Amino acid sequence: MVGSIMVVGGGIAGMQASLDLADSGFRVYLVDKAPTIGGVMAQLDKTFPTLDCSMCIMAPKLVATGRHHNIHLLTNAVITNVEGTPGNFTVTVTMKPRYVNAEKCTGCGLCAQYCPVEAVNEYDERLTLRRGIYVDYPQAVPLVYAIDREKCIGCGLCENICQAEAIEYHQTPEEEQVNVGAIILAAGFDEFEPDTKKEYGYGRFKNVVTATEFERILSASGPFAGHVVRPSDGEVPGRIAFLQCVGSRDENSNKYCSAVCCMYATKEAIIAKEHNPDLEATIFFMDMRTYGKGFEQFYKRAQSEYGLRYTRSRVPCIEADPETQNLLLTYETEDGTITKEEFDMVVLSVGLEPPKSNQELSSIFGVPLNEYGFLDWKIFEPLKAKDGIYACGAFSGPKDIPDTVAQASGAAAMASGVVSGERGTLVEEKVYPEELDVAEQPPRIGVFVCWCGINIGGIVNVPEVMEYASTLPNVVFVDQNLYTCSQDTQEKIKQAVEEHSLNRVVVASCTPRTHEPLFQSTIREAGLNPYLFEMTNIRDQCSWVHMHTPEEATEKAKDLVRMAVAKSNLLEPLKSSSVEVTQSGLVIGGGIAGMTAALGLAQQGFTVHLVEKEDHLGGLLRDIRYTVSGEDPQEYLTGLEQSLRDHPNVTIHTQAVVEKVEGYVGNFTTTLSSGEEINHGICVIAVGGQEHKPTSYLYGEDKRVITQLEFEDMLSKGVKAKTVVMINCVESRDDTKEYCSRVCCSEAVKNALQLREQNPDATIYILYRDMRTYAFREQYYDKAREAGVVFMRYDPETKPRLEKKDKSLVLYAHDSALDLDFELHPDLVVLSTGVSPYDNSALSQMLKVPLDRDGFFLEAHMKLRPVDFATDGVFMAGLAHSPKFIDETISQAFGTVARACTIVSKERIETEPIIAEVDEELCCGCQVCIPMCPYNARELDEEEKIVKVNEVLCKGCGSCVAACPSKAAQQRHFRDSQLSSMIEAFVRR
Amino acid sequence: MTFSPRIVGFMCNWCSYAGADLAGISRIKYAPNLRIIRVLCSGRVDPYVVLTAFQKGADGVLVAGCHPGDCHYISGNYQAEKKMKATWKILSKAGIDQERLGLEWISAAEGQRFADVVNSFTQLITELGPLQADPQKIASAKEETADFRIRWLVGREKDLLEEGNVFGEPVEEAVFETLLDDVVSAQYIRNSILTVLKEQSMSAKELAETLEIPSHVVVEHLIHLRRGQKVHMVEGHPIRYEVSAW
Repeated sequence: MVGSIMVVGGGIAGMQASLDLADSGFRVYLVDKAPTIGGVMAQLDKTFPTLDCSMCIMAPKLVATGRHHNIHLLTNAVITNVEGTPGNFTVTVTMKPRYVNAEKCTGCGLCAQYCPVEAVNEYDERLTLRRGIYVDYPQAVPLVYAIDREKCIGCGLCENICQAEAIEYHQTPEEEQVNVGAIILAAGFDEFEPDTKKEYGYGRFKNVVTATEFERILSASGPFAGHVVRPSDGEVPGRIAFLQCVGSRDENSNKYCSAVCCMYATKEAIIAKEHNPDLEATIFFMDMRTYGKGFEQFYKRAQSEYGLRYTRSRVPCIEADPETQNLLLTYETEDGTITKEEFDMVVLSVGLEPPKSNQELSSIFGVPLNEYGFLDWKIFEPLKAKDGIYACGAFSGPKDIPDTVAQASGAAAMASGVVSGERGTLVEEKVYPEELDVAEQPPRIGVFVCWCGINIGGIVNVPEVMEYASTLPNVVFVDQNLYTCSQDTQEKIKQAVEEHSLNRVVVASCTPRTHEPLFQSTIREAGLNPYLFEMTNIRDQCSWVHMHTPEEATEKAKDLVRMAVAKSNLLEPLKSSSVEVTQSGLVIGGGIAGMTAALGLAQQGFTVHLVEKEDHLGGLLRDIRYTVSGEDPQEYLTGLEQSLRDHPNVTIHTQAVVEKVEGYVGNFTTTLSSGEEINHGICVIAVGGQEHKPTSYLYGEDKRVITQLEFEDMLSKGVKAKTVVMINCVESRDDTKEYCSRVCCSEAVKNALQLREQNPDATIYILYRDMRTYAFREQYYDKAREAGVVFMRYDPETKPRLEKKDKSLVLYAHDSALDLDFELHPDLVVLSTGVSPYDNSALSQMLKVPLDRDGFFLEAHMKLRPVDFATDGVFMAGLAHSPKFIDETISQAFGTVARACTIVSKERIETEPIIAEVDEELCCGCQVCIPMCPYNARELDEEEKIVKVNEVLCKGCGSCVAACPSKAAQQRHFRDSQLSSMIEAFVRR
Repeated sequence: MTFSPRIVGFMCNWCSYAGADLAGISRIKYAPNLRIIRVLCSGRVDPYVVLTAFQKGADGVLVAGCHPGDCHYISGNYQAEKKMKATWKILSKAGIDQERLGLEWISAAEGQRFADVVNSFTQLITELGPLQADPQKIASAKEETADFRIRWLVGREKDLLEEGNVFGEPVEEAVFETLLDDVVSAQYIRNSILTVLKEQSMSAKELAETLEIPSHVVVEHLIHLRRGQKVHMVEGHPIRYEVSAW
């Protein structure tokens, strides 16, 4: 068994899996075929449904992945061979040459500035040009340039220019054998290439772009700096059409639904509208599949607030006006009207396809692919490719970012489950010398000014800045370096600290966002506390932006150095404290989510308490009789329960509810209704949800009107009814429940197919608003149509009406597609009523975690932290989060296991050193800070009537500090005095 | 010589500071007057620190954070907005043009926008000219940013408006604004009185003349200050007031 894991693919899925693994005691090899990690998310402008800036939310993960000492990046690399068995694989990785020495390259970018060769920029979707030596995007990790060998003419300029001597033309492919215990495949997806659909003229018509191209156009860092203009003439388009299902739900390309396009098109149209409020945006679609958490509300807002026009039609072809380059769309609406309409620009919502490398990956790893070329997985094992090899993200089918991230954590849990016994055996901890006690010494400051090749030194007069620094109070040593970040400079800094007894170090170079940790580590090696370091940015925020005014740039650099020195005088050594962790978990809710999470944690070697309010386990899954793909849920449930009961780490508490929760991450104490007290380090909320019980359509009044789950139960015993009508979206997507319950369309299809099998003569109607059989579920919708199930679309304005006439049921329906009225005489009416949350308010208050407006639990971040809460140490999975399928619930449950392991795998957790503190003499107990803190890190000491900071929970944003009416709060490292010293240093001159 | 303003910038680490880096990486040129002080969150920018900048001689202060909804710390930027809104009120009392304090949302992907914001802000401050406010007024305003009542109200504003008050009633924005305006006005006068009295003791009438406000207003506030033991009366003719030691 080997305590390391390989992750293949460095997109958001690969990064999340790597971070979870590395943070819970495993060495990770992260392999990406591109020179940089980041994947598709790095190209996105904003993300739905919160319209977060994609790069802003992703950059911290990029940096964390790149910097993690237990994550080894193997970029520009492909896997060529795999041998061995679960627990001990040997993987051969071939690294293509990048012709740049990764150790030496500082990422300064000078080479690219001078390189005479231009090539299309793939990151910008071929809308811009990059150089022959390049990085994909400015925030790239690793920030190491690479030569595009296909374009490079070998002129030799970059070698002459590079002052770091990083260019190595002689590099050849390198092979590395890596020994790992388990493997995670996160290879992502490719985009459907619309050139094959000649009718849309992509490639011929300049103003027909793909959605990803449009994403780059929208992006502030894209080709037009975020101005929405069309490629043909740079004019602002007044009318944009979005065409859905290009390369999805299509006999001629991909039959499956790509699951994300309805939402991304809506998002892109909204952003475009925000850029240009006069824009007329039209989305041409077949079914609007806004099925996820918060999606339906987003779709509604798109119409009511932004005035997007949604037209239900599949546009057959596009013509262009050669004069204006405008585009002519001829389409037929449902009522049969043929309309011809002109647009300035067309965006093709292209689908997601398996990556072209999938066949190769499949044969190398010996994992099965499905008929579409994605990983073939099973409903109860959604993350497993085969023993020891797991998968997440779009590699196993189209999905959005939150589902991908939950899966990534889930795959991390499964992979580490294989080698959990080896936890901690291969991780490296950096050992630093004991810290010198300098707290009482007067400041002795060393200042290092960086040339960054000529990036700074070519504009800013570095020697002058250095000379100037030496005149500042308490500065006892100054130096200038060609590259302050290079390995030899680190040695020089350590030497200077020693020789000159420096107790503060200031570096004037690039951005602290990427380089501060490096220098902090250097001074730690020299025995200084890492917080006795201050950095100022004289490159990104000075020389690079004032190139044409070198004198002013030099003056600014002096100011910046003076400000940094001023603050450094007031720096204090900071220590993180650490608290002991109770290395066990509490899982609330004994359905499939809770059972999976509990077993997962137990298999990782931690004790788990599973609390269930009923007298039996199983939750809602007990009501599921069969799956659409033929598995037996009850058999699976029995097996799972047996595994739980057999596992020595698991204690099951049935007929028990949580009465009281005290403590915080690492140290919770929960009291159950039985009076029993449980100590635990983390908590998983898996309380589930329930089928909504309707009040309409004679439900409860007539026995022939039932819900889908009741029908499923009936089907398991045999149904004789001849005419069955199912009505979807009953008390969903309306005033009762605004959200879409995600599962009902597929549940209706499943039950319809089951009935058809039992009773081939039955007449089955499904009355629906949009069929939301997303991703591979589309195949069952196809199958149901082929099997003669009648699908009839209704609009919310003309809902079906059910009446009882002389004991018979009569259903009046208006088919909105055909614009015809029907009168049906069903023997049975089945209502798809959706999923409702339980009343979660008590639990929400006890654990101090929020609910969304629908009553489900609200995660820390919709996109990147789908199973976390803002409150550390509390996680969630399953229907408690939002309606979802069994496989999605299982993925999330495993996701909580990996997230929990980042805490319970540690004996102690360290607190963040830069946190808020309270001067107890000054605090008057007004408590304004308590609700202001998003992390519940402040609480009232009831006895002393003052507020105290929970050092474990505080993340150090400082919002409370700037609000405290008594000025009792301060933020370490950003004290008022420290900020004021910088202000004073600047304006003083 | 043309006026070159001194501008202090407070940029949050996760979005705006990164946006400034991106402007650099993209080599987008902008005015060289800004000096950035990095903070972890725009919510950390204390109105008191902003006034310190003006007091020490900054001509403009630019605060930038993540776009609404993007905050790395969930809600810090909303808090920043409330804090800066109150600071604007306080600045105008001190006769400082509100526009000298800028608040902008700049994402990590908006290098060009960062440069544009800096340029237009620099131009604005250049047009406004050097800050030539009365030091005594700035001192009063700075005192005001440290005032308990104002800081408490600003700290509660978001929750009060969004979630209602302790009686479970909604609080209307207009009502809150009026209250805050009143508190800021009253407190500003009191701080002005205290600032003047710190220099020398004065009678109510002398204070009214110095501060250019009606004497009955001065009297009302003096009563309040005396009851709060901030000032005390010195017997004699006329009755003068001086600042209490503690």
